[in-house]
Amino acid sequence: MTTTSPDVALPRLLAGVSFRGMAQLERHVEVHGPMPAPEELDATGVIGLAERSKLRGRGGAGFPAAIKMRAVRAARGRPIVVANGCESEPISGKDALLLHETPHLVLDGAALAARAVGADRVILAYEGPRSDTRISLEHALKQRRAARVDSVRFELFAAAEKFLTGQETALMAQINGGLPRPSFIPPRPTERGVRRRPTLVQNVETLAHLALIARHGAGWYSQLGTAAETGSTLVTVAGAVGMPGVYEIERGTPLPQLFAAAGGVTGELAGLLVGGYFGSWLPAALASEVELSNAALATHDASLGCGVLVALPASSCPVAETVRVAIYLATETAQQCGPCVHGTAAIARTLHGIAEGRTSAAAFADLERWTSAVSGRGACHLPDGLAHFVATALRTFAAAFDDHASHGPCDACGTEPLLRFPDPVPTARRA
Amino acid sequence: MRIRVNPIMCEAHGLCAELLPEWIRLDEWGYPLINPDPIPRHLEAHARRAADACPTLALLLEHD
Repeated sequence: MTTTSPDVALPRLLAGVSFRGMAQLERHVEVHGPMPAPEELDATGVIGLAERSKLRGRGGAGFPAAIKMRAVRAARGRPIVVANGCESEPISGKDALLLHETPHLVLDGAALAARAVGADRVILAYEGPRSDTRISLEHALKQRRAARVDSVRFELFAAAEKFLTGQETALMAQINGGLPRPSFIPPRPTERGVRRRPTLVQNVETLAHLALIARHGAGWYSQLGTAAETGSTLVTVAGAVGMPGVYEIERGTPLPQLFAAAGGVTGELAGLLVGGYFGSWLPAALASEVELSNAALATHDASLGCGVLVALPASSCPVAETVRVAIYLATETAQQCGPCVHGTAAIARTLHGIAEGRTSAAAFADLERWTSAVSGRGACHLPDGLAHFVATALRTFAAAFDDHASHGPCDACGTEPLLRFPDPVPTARRA
Repeated sequence: MRIRVNPIMCEAHGLCAELLPEWIRLDEWGYPLINPDPIPRHLEAHARRAADACPTLALLLEHD
């Protein structure tokens, strides 16, 4: 479905990104054109565009944006919009990039979302420790106030640095003054979220797409992508490629094409991680064939999720990498739901035992049972995500896990970790 | 009617599995594993009793 016409080609979201200091409003309008005024595009118009373009959430879950907007609009009470830029997936860099390099696109999209649901207030949540993000957003908001661009009020919210911080209900809890812990549904945030008001939470990339759809139309948007998965998408490429980083691709792009754009694969691969820490491990052979759409990835029990793609080099140990992430995720549980607290700890502990070569005969059977038993049994998807990550690792790297179980750590176990996560916050100790 | 647990409220008292063993069993840590299918009519009264008996009121009866 690609076309060569310059006005539909890539980059779209990343057009005008220069990496040269603060983003300027004038330059933004020069590149993308002005945002359609309410007289040209009203609430129904915005929702209609979201629906016809088949815009889906880009935070990982891929929920249709128009359905959420309608639910918030139909709920009782004055709605609030939350632009979710927390991006707690450690390898992902796309949301931070948008907030730095093209904040006005995100803010335009947030203002349009507010218009769609009838909100007068937008809360922009970003990863708290990132003061660079805050500076970029404050600068952008100052320019917009001076130019009187917006009729909505923007507030910045510094979210906690936790894996679950961007989970919709956990973000809601923080904004409401609580800890970053998911809550049970119902109620949905669309009915009762921030300050008990109907709340539209959308990922910042989703909002940036909305800003472009409002300017160029639903037809323009879906000229890229597949019939079911329209438009372009941001992905973060990491690992054994020449130029790791954030790339904008058409949905359905073959993975070899993306890797070529990212400077090519730099050596033999052990495997691929698709979709980040809630994602799937796939055999390295798929690097030369798989297409980056959820439909194509589903045949391999994978999905694009938040768009993280890691090429794990053969010099890294897939067992060691998997175990470290499993331990990290198990420590990031919100400690609320029994099956998650016990299940994720048991999975991480048993995996660690296998990696160290001290393990019981039942270890693999235990892991198989736990990875299926914890799925869907928490208030959020942390247990499901960890279980899937581990189950796909056990399948893809079966020989390596068997080898570690019998012989302990391999030569590659000591290699510098590729899959990273924030340093654990030191816990307070009594003197 | 279906039965669901609020996993945040649940503290693994296990009464539900005693009162509705046809539909609920416990995992190795004592937390309920619930059959997600609609509850047959003849078990509905037992399901209500299990929900009422839960010390943390963590069971929800959802009507389709």
